[in-house]
Amino acid sequence: MSVFAAIVMRDIRLALRQSGGAGTAIGFFLAVLVLMPLGVGPDLALLQRIAPGTLWIALLLSVLLSADRIFQADFEDGSLELMSLGLIPLELTALAKALAHWLTTALPLAVAAPALGVLLNLSPQLVLPLWAAMLAASLALSLLASVGAALTVGLRRGGIIISLLVLPLYIPVLIFGISASLGMPADGALFGASMLILVAITLACVVLCPVAAAAALRVHLK
Amino acid sequence: MQRFANPTLFSKLGAAVLPWTAAAAVLLLAIGLVWGLVFSPADYQQGETVRIMYVHVPAAWMAMFIYTAMAVASAVAIIWRHPLADVAAKCSAPIGACFTFLALATGALWGKPMWGAWWVWDARLTSVFVLFLLYLGYIAIWQLIEQPQRAARIAAIVALVGFVNVPIVKFSVDWWNSLHQPASVFKMDGPAIDPSMLWPLLVMGAAYLFLYVTLLLISMRTEIVSRRIQSLELAAVRGQARGRVGPAAQSQRA
Repeated sequence: MSVFAAIVMRDIRLALRQSGGAGTAIGFFLAVLVLMPLGVGPDLALLQRIAPGTLWIALLLSVLLSADRIFQADFEDGSLELMSLGLIPLELTALAKALAHWLTTALPLAVAAPALGVLLNLSPQLVLPLWAAMLAASLALSLLASVGAALTVGLRRGGIIISLLVLPLYIPVLIFGISASLGMPADGALFGASMLILVAITLACVVLCPVAAAAALRVHLK
Repeated sequence: MQRFANPTLFSKLGAAVLPWTAAAAVLLLAIGLVWGLVFSPADYQQGETVRIMYVHVPAAWMAMFIYTAMAVASAVAIIWRHPLADVAAKCSAPIGACFTFLALATGALWGKPMWGAWWVWDARLTSVFVLFLLYLGYIAIWQLIEQPQRAARIAAIVALVGFVNVPIVKFSVDWWNSLHQPASVFKMDGPAIDPSMLWPLLVMGAAYLFLYVTLLLISMRTEIVSRRIQSLELAAVRGQARGRVGPAAQSQRA
């Protein structure tokens, strides 16, 4: 367990000290939120209507943007190979790195998103359900991103292919995330059901994604 | 099954089976299309547009069936390292993508007169679109990774990860109320569709299945041959290189 924690802490420290790591994702997230009102016009009623969807899409794309960071550097300098040699199974290493990505990228964005909704005139009633849905889903986003990152690690044009591989898997998260975010004020039952499915997706990802990521990493490390 | 792991045996077998599956595909397509498009009755609600069904519904079945076949082949490839399973999965993907595209396109053509919209974002349409993207991602992996062995393993993982979408496609119309009509053929209590329409539909399904098998056999045989050529070329290049190194080294020594 201490090895697991050490990997998580190491990755968090690296992400915080490297410029261009987590910072890129947050900058991109802000850029989308600022550009959106400029793009569709400053109509406050319209912005309020599209605010939850915009926040979700910005979250998804920002997490995706930073996905290749999860394994790439460690693969290139050989530390991933060392990690694969022993102490803990590669599945746990993959989980640790996905967890570190979640803590440094997806989680801060999910925490900040409803507050940044102010920029989009987000309806105050929607802040809490949006928050709950994003917190529940953000771990799944990081885990799915880690699978994409593991599949494409070491490929020259990996960045584009990550999007093609991971975006289809993000669509269910987006659908239930939106229905949970919009369900609360109008329909409590819809919110409850969507939240349950979101949590179920996240739990399934916790179990399945590290296995898939580790299998992919083994192929590339060979 | 291991007996058929020999690509030469498989190629021979494929060559023997191929004319029969091709003939069956052509025959069934002819019967199914004429029966469905000309002789089957028009629907009491949808009128003549129901005939799109005979092209659209079996294509959607094949879209799911082929992805399932890919996932099974990928699992076989990962577990038993069966050398032909990778080839089968790789060659299935473009065919499956075409069937998925056919289902999406004919669905849009059918949706316009029935729902008044080419495309609605309901669960069935969205999940089939996701299936299409998964096919593209799978194909892209093969294109992107140069070493065939590595590409095969990675592609197999992609196929298995993407398989979670198939049950979502199948049950999306039951889980979510949407414009799309619920399942009416493959149900626990038997098909809820009149035999005059069910039979041409099933004939078309069989026709697509034989079409898939035919195309798969052709494509797999081509893949096996091209791999053989590649390895022969590689061996030739290696031989040349060895030949060139030999005299050069000798002349240096001299």
